[in-house]
Amino acid sequence: MIIGALLGEGWAAMRANRMRTLLTMLGMVFGVGSVIMMLAIGQGAQLMVNESIASMGSNLFIVLSGSTSAGGLRQGSGTVPTLTLDDAQAIGELTEIASVAPNLPNNAQLIYASNNWSTQVLGTTPAFFDVREWPVVSGEAFKDSDVRSATRVLLMGQTVVRNLFGDENPVGKMVRVKNSPFLVLGILAAKGQSLDGRDQDDTVFVPITTAQRQLFGNQFPGMVRSIMVKAKSAEVMAKAEQGMTELLKIRHRIHIGQENDFSVRNLAAVAQAAASTTEAMSTMLGAIASVSLLVGGIGIMNIMLVSVTERIREIGIRMAIGARTRDILLQFLFEAVMISLAGSFIGAVLGVACAYFFSQYNDTLVVVTLSSVFLSFGVAAAVGVFFGFYPARKAANLKPIEALRYQ
Amino acid sequence: MADPLLCVTGLYKNYLENVPVLKDVSFNIESGEYVAIMGHSGSGKSTLMNILGCLDTATAGHYYLEGRDTAALSSDELALLRNRLIGFVFQGFNLLPRSSILDNIALPLLYSGKSKVERREKATVMLTRVGLAQFGDRRPNQLSGGQQQRVAIARALVTDPKLILADEPTGNLDTQTGDEIMKIFQDLNEDQNITIILVTHEDDIAAHAKRLIRVVDGQIASDQAS
Ligand SMILES: Nc1ncnc2c1ncn2[C@@H]1O[C@H](COP(=O)(O)OP(=O)(O)OP(=O)(O)O)[C@@H](O)[C@H]1O
Ligand SMILES: [Mg+2]
Repeated sequence: MIIGALLGEGWAAMRANRMRTLLTMLGMVFGVGSVIMMLAIGQGAQLMVNESIASMGSNLFIVLSGSTSAGGLRQGSGTVPTLTLDDAQAIGELTEIASVAPNLPNNAQLIYASNNWSTQVLGTTPAFFDVREWPVVSGEAFKDSDVRSATRVLLMGQTVVRNLFGDENPVGKMVRVKNSPFLVLGILAAKGQSLDGRDQDDTVFVPITTAQRQLFGNQFPGMVRSIMVKAKSAEVMAKAEQGMTELLKIRHRIHIGQENDFSVRNLAAVAQAAASTTEAMSTMLGAIASVSLLVGGIGIMNIMLVSVTERIREIGIRMAIGARTRDILLQFLFEAVMISLAGSFIGAVLGVACAYFFSQYNDTLVVVTLSSVFLSFGVAAAVGVFFGFYPARKAANLKPIEALRYQ
Repeated sequence: MADPLLCVTGLYKNYLENVPVLKDVSFNIESGEYVAIMGHSGSGKSTLMNILGCLDTATAGHYYLEGRDTAALSSDELALLRNRLIGFVFQGFNLLPRSSILDNIALPLLYSGKSKVERREKATVMLTRVGLAQFGDRRPNQLSGGQQQRVAIARALVTDPKLILADEPTGNLDTQTGDEIMKIFQDLNEDQNITIILVTHEDDIAAHAKRLIRVVDGQIASDQAS
């Protein structure tokens, strides 16, 4: 019950100096608020990256065509089409490989009735949807027979559906792509953002042969821009990478010492890098924010020292009528912790509110976890105790007579 | 015979090295006595009172309170003695300016670990006894000096101490108010057998006491019944 009374004394002291208490609390408000907000932003970013990684599919490689050197002038990846459908087929025959999907992307204008929409048109094979683990939710996917005969059919991503059809059901409708009529076979499930922030649902898919021969006809028949490759398991990734590289070297007649005209990328490694980057970022955000918590704590210590000095006579009177060292220590410690906790409470509310508005305004994912709120509360209480202890001990260790005589 | 309430033997106090403010002070005070201490300004009266009140410690010599050597007690044990055994009345009242009158009076009980209900009850009784029942909610600075000193006395009495130490309790008050305060002390001593030690400069105040100790330059010059 003496604890309750000492808490009351702390509260009375806080009220007696309202302005000063508020200003001291402000340090904790900003400290806790920014920690909660930064953790929320960091965790949101991590969640987005993880979702993108999950949306990519597992055990994936992408084989890119390009860079050739022509008279010492080196072109970037994908600038020169060096990969062909036959390369894709040959890779698919390797033992470590589960499936392959050649890609030929390009941009085109789509028209339906009075709507039009510019989007990415990706030529590929039915294996693509298996490799990317991307199901058709309405209608059906095109088949190998469509690839063989280069039919004018397409599958639509959700964003394209929304922009071209609105609420209408596009399955079975005809749309014009580069002025040729195409039949909409089906709609794909929503996939969300890719790691580089692109909207993966803003794409339509056509048989690769259709893309090659009818839409983006070019001088190299059978050429593809890239090949998506899915290995049979995570364990054979290294072997698969080596096998593909060897195979393509032979097929492209690349001599020892000569630069490859293709590149193989392990997407799992890319995803890993992205994940650890965002994790590092969110840790750093948290660390920067905790500095303000520290600064807030120093503010509390500062004010508590002033408060102790101001109340030395009061401390002397309390000691004269029987306060023990412990009573004085607890009184000032409680005061510091109460200021700190009150500040943290306001900070937590503000932090959550700011995180919410930030997510609304920036359209990004922000995740406030209960553990981050408790964490910053716990840290704030600890800061209160830690920075309140020195001034409190200073007060408690005063000699009664010296405190009483203090002017 | 039982131990005297207070026993001081060969007490010295130096604030600065080799400048004793109290020199070889010795006396006993029995329970129930009413003692006045007089002396010139700077003679060491307050210094002595602070040691008797366990607020300060002697440089040499012994001070036994209820037979216990105060030099051997920890600061918390001394705090306990101040809380249970001693009540202080200071010249400057020494009330907490931000607390209400009632809270000021109840404060010693907080440090004795009494419940809130008990604190309020006892404080209210004390407040009524010093005739200030209607002022419980006021702050000290809303009372006159005499009223504040009565509050201080109520606070000193709230833990039922055996000993009241009053260092110039009437020093800041006019004669009439001073007499009212002295009347309270007299009643405490006569009706409740509370031991009172009082420092004063005024002969007619000292005349209330039954024993007079004169201090000159930190030494006891005379000690007699009055
Ligand atoms: N904290 C201190 N440090 C140094 N010297 C002190 C201290 N307190 C008191 N003194 C000195 O000790 C002497 C006695 O002081 P004390 O306060 O006991 O006198 P007093 O008899 O109470 O005087 P008064 O009647 O004016 O209150 C004085 O000379 C004073 O200067
Ligand atoms: Mg004095």
